[in-house]
Amino acid sequence: MKISTLANKTASEKRKQIAYGIVLLLAGFLIYLFFGRNVEAGVTTTFGLNIAGSQALKVPDLIVPAQTTVYMMMALVVFVGAFQLARGVRSTGLLLGILAFTFVFAFLTWAAQAKSFNLAGMLSSMLVRATPIALAALCGVISERSAVINIGTEGIMLISAQVAVVVGTLTKNLYAGLLAAILIGGVVAALHAVLVIRFKVDQIVSGVAINIFGAGITAFISSRFLQSGTNALNNSGSFPIISIPILSKIPILGPMLFENNIVVYLMALTVIAMHIVLFYTPWGLRTRAVGEHPKAADTLGVNIYLIRYVNVIVGGLIAGLGGAYFTIGSVGRFDEAMTAGKGFIGLAAMIFGKWNPFGAFSSSLLFGFADSLQVKLQILRIPIPSEFLLMAPYIITMIVLTGIIGRAIPPAADGQPYEK
Amino acid sequence: MTNALELQGITKRFPGVLANDQISITLREGKILALLGENGAGKTTLMNILYGLYKPDEGKILVRGKEVEIQNPNDAIANGIGMVHQHFMLVPVMTVTENVMLGVEPTKNGVFLDQEKVARRIREISEQYGLEVDPSAYIKDLPVGIQQRVEIIKVLYRQADILILDEPTAVLTPQEVEGLFKILETLIKKGKSIIFITHKLKEVLNAADDITVIRLGKVVGSIDPQEATPEKLATMMVGRDVNLVVDKQPAKPQAAALAVTDLAVRDENENLSVRGISFEVRKGEILGIAGVQGNGQTELVYALTGLLPVESGEIQLLGEPIHNATPRAILERGVAHVPEDRQRHGLILSFPIHDNLMLCTYYKKPFAHGVVLQEKAIFSNAEELVEQYDVRTPNIYVNVGTLSGGNQQKVIIAREFSRPIELLIASQPTRGLDVGSIEYIHKQIIKKRDEGTGVIVVSSELDEILALSDRIAVMYKGQIMDILDAKKANKEYLGLLMAGIHPSETSKN
Repeated sequence: MKISTLANKTASEKRKQIAYGIVLLLAGFLIYLFFGRNVEAGVTTTFGLNIAGSQALKVPDLIVPAQTTVYMMMALVVFVGAFQLARGVRSTGLLLGILAFTFVFAFLTWAAQAKSFNLAGMLSSMLVRATPIALAALCGVISERSAVINIGTEGIMLISAQVAVVVGTLTKNLYAGLLAAILIGGVVAALHAVLVIRFKVDQIVSGVAINIFGAGITAFISSRFLQSGTNALNNSGSFPIISIPILSKIPILGPMLFENNIVVYLMALTVIAMHIVLFYTPWGLRTRAVGEHPKAADTLGVNIYLIRYVNVIVGGLIAGLGGAYFTIGSVGRFDEAMTAGKGFIGLAAMIFGKWNPFGAFSSSLLFGFADSLQVKLQILRIPIPSEFLLMAPYIITMIVLTGIIGRAIPPAADGQPYEK
Repeated sequence: MTNALELQGITKRFPGVLANDQISITLREGKILALLGENGAGKTTLMNILYGLYKPDEGKILVRGKEVEIQNPNDAIANGIGMVHQHFMLVPVMTVTENVMLGVEPTKNGVFLDQEKVARRIREISEQYGLEVDPSAYIKDLPVGIQQRVEIIKVLYRQADILILDEPTAVLTPQEVEGLFKILETLIKKGKSIIFITHKLKEVLNAADDITVIRLGKVVGSIDPQEATPEKLATMMVGRDVNLVVDKQPAKPQAAALAVTDLAVRDENENLSVRGISFEVRKGEILGIAGVQGNGQTELVYALTGLLPVESGEIQLLGEPIHNATPRAILERGVAHVPEDRQRHGLILSFPIHDNLMLCTYYKKPFAHGVVLQEKAIFSNAEELVEQYDVRTPNIYVNVGTLSGGNQQKVIIAREFSRPIELLIASQPTRGLDVGSIEYIHKQIIKKRDEGTGVIVVSSELDEILALSDRIAVMYKGQIMDILDAKKANKEYLGLLMAGIHPSETSKN
């Protein structure tokens, strides 16, 4: 008896291999077309590796010959592309990493030719800008792992941002503002939880309602009470930078990781804590089971409703922290619609991060990177309209959501109310 | 000797239905009680009451002579009652260990899951009861037979000594069924008591110490397996004499209706589910496709009916290629499809019967003139078909969703059989139906064959395959293990093929 087995690689896997190879070769060509041809010979690009006012030890800046660097990047991506066409590389992540690295580095070398670009500054602001996105993503992770979709993060963050600044200003205590922001986030999420778990309201509809409500109420309060000349309610100041001794002295990494305010540190702690809770504790096991197969959990005596309520509310607390970032974590005052879609980008980061805390955090860094790159590039005055640069994070969001880069599988019961 | 478990006068009403009516059963200590009844007789409801998933309206539950109150699964577990559900309650993306410990997780330092401890315990249970399984394997990678072992381990891990198995053999190959019976024997030897729920007569006779038959929510009676025969049990179960054998004349096959060559199909998750299969169905014969569920039968049928794209290979209907044609083009050429999930793919439950009866021809005369539907034609068509195909319904205007499973299936049969067809593809045509409806539908399928239609019957019930088929193809992991003449087939041989073992090959080795 012979079972005719197909070749190890199926047709669609082969198609994928070839497609990736071609994309890499194309990237090499584009590097040449846009950057290689437009770099003058003999010109250098300076990458600044120090941040003014930081405690980090000074290191010499990185000065590279622009043309050679661009061609080296082109050569690298073409080589990997050719290798991919011929043999195929297992890790899609590695391919995409090389693609992104070469393209971005060539781009920066070209953009900053004969000028200086502060690389350390960009990396440092990447983490800061990723913070609210990561917190929104973590809010999504914890509630969707128990199968409740919460797209109301944007609204929760707006409300929390406003509450943080008002309470901070009134009490003259930023920590009181922070606590209030976190708690109000929990309260709004609890409302969502009651609507979708108890009353089985459609989860998307409830989330949209929270977003609209959040935008409306904060705009109303802002224009009615916060925009008066005195700033009696809207001037809290913001958290100071906390430098961690010794570690903050490390060049580049020091200012990026160890010279931040409390919101950024809390975000990092949340990522780690959530990972541990989800994968190493009974609560996490039950949460994942409830998200994947609630009936199975129910037959084993797990209280599905309790798990869902707690997770959604904890998600709200985390989103509340994310809201606090916008006001008392950065500028110290509230402006209308200041979250600017970060809550939604957070949801994209959650999906791209495959509903894992560290995955969500890493993809938030990607969005933070796009965001900070866009800011730095405006300073360089490169011949690309700034509107296009502003679009970068959103374009990346759309590419991510199309699922081209590895399709993510949500928890099996995601979004479904549980009926006994 | 005390009784392990007694149910006295259990009554459960659902809106409009009396699911359990004064049911009393007794499980003796260290014995296997078989609870026999048709689908919908109320067996599963009764067990869900016992396991705390439903609350009974009346009645008492006694565990070892003591009355207990069971409000939820935790109470059941605390009383030593464990349940292996018909649809396994396992999380596919988690490991065996995680699934077993869920709900009663031991911890290290009071915080962290102690997976090693559970894995050790699983190995102990495995050894003690002969339930071999790898604690670190993911459920989704395990065959159903092993998944069932995990379910049993889950119950034993919670130290249950009364085990309820709900239709445990429904998804198993005959060999796996034998393995299960051996496991049950071991469990009994170790002092456990078992309730075994089924609608399959022969299993009951093989395994049970006591038999209780339930019909329409009531206990019909109990019978000693020594005195029982399949015919006797069937009569008790159905309430009248049943013909267990399908009458049919030898097939008179003619030219090929369908020819499939080297067909490969991917499922919705891009996995290659059908891996290069070839076969032929001639007019006037029934080709049965046997196999454990999930071995590519669904995807094969979807490809044949245009619901999934064909990766490679050819499908020819009466000599003309139909692969990758649209479902409408395929059905217009005379292919009828009785889908395996009748409620999701065969009917629109919230539509009335008359609309469901013209779902594939609504755009044609006489049902439509241009863009306008012709109610008169639709109604008279429905009246006629309901009469002809014996659909039991108050009228043709009620929603299909309100009909019983058997009558829903008759609506599909009526719709598909009433138009001129060359090929009939029936997937799990009698799953979950009562014996009466099964008899009727089998007769209709054979009638179609005798009219010269090519028929494919896909079923995971070997009895059904053997009863209907003229030739039998067995599918395993997306391939056809063998195609054989139904007269030469027997259950044991088919069972080996279903498990991926080719008997002639093993005998050679």
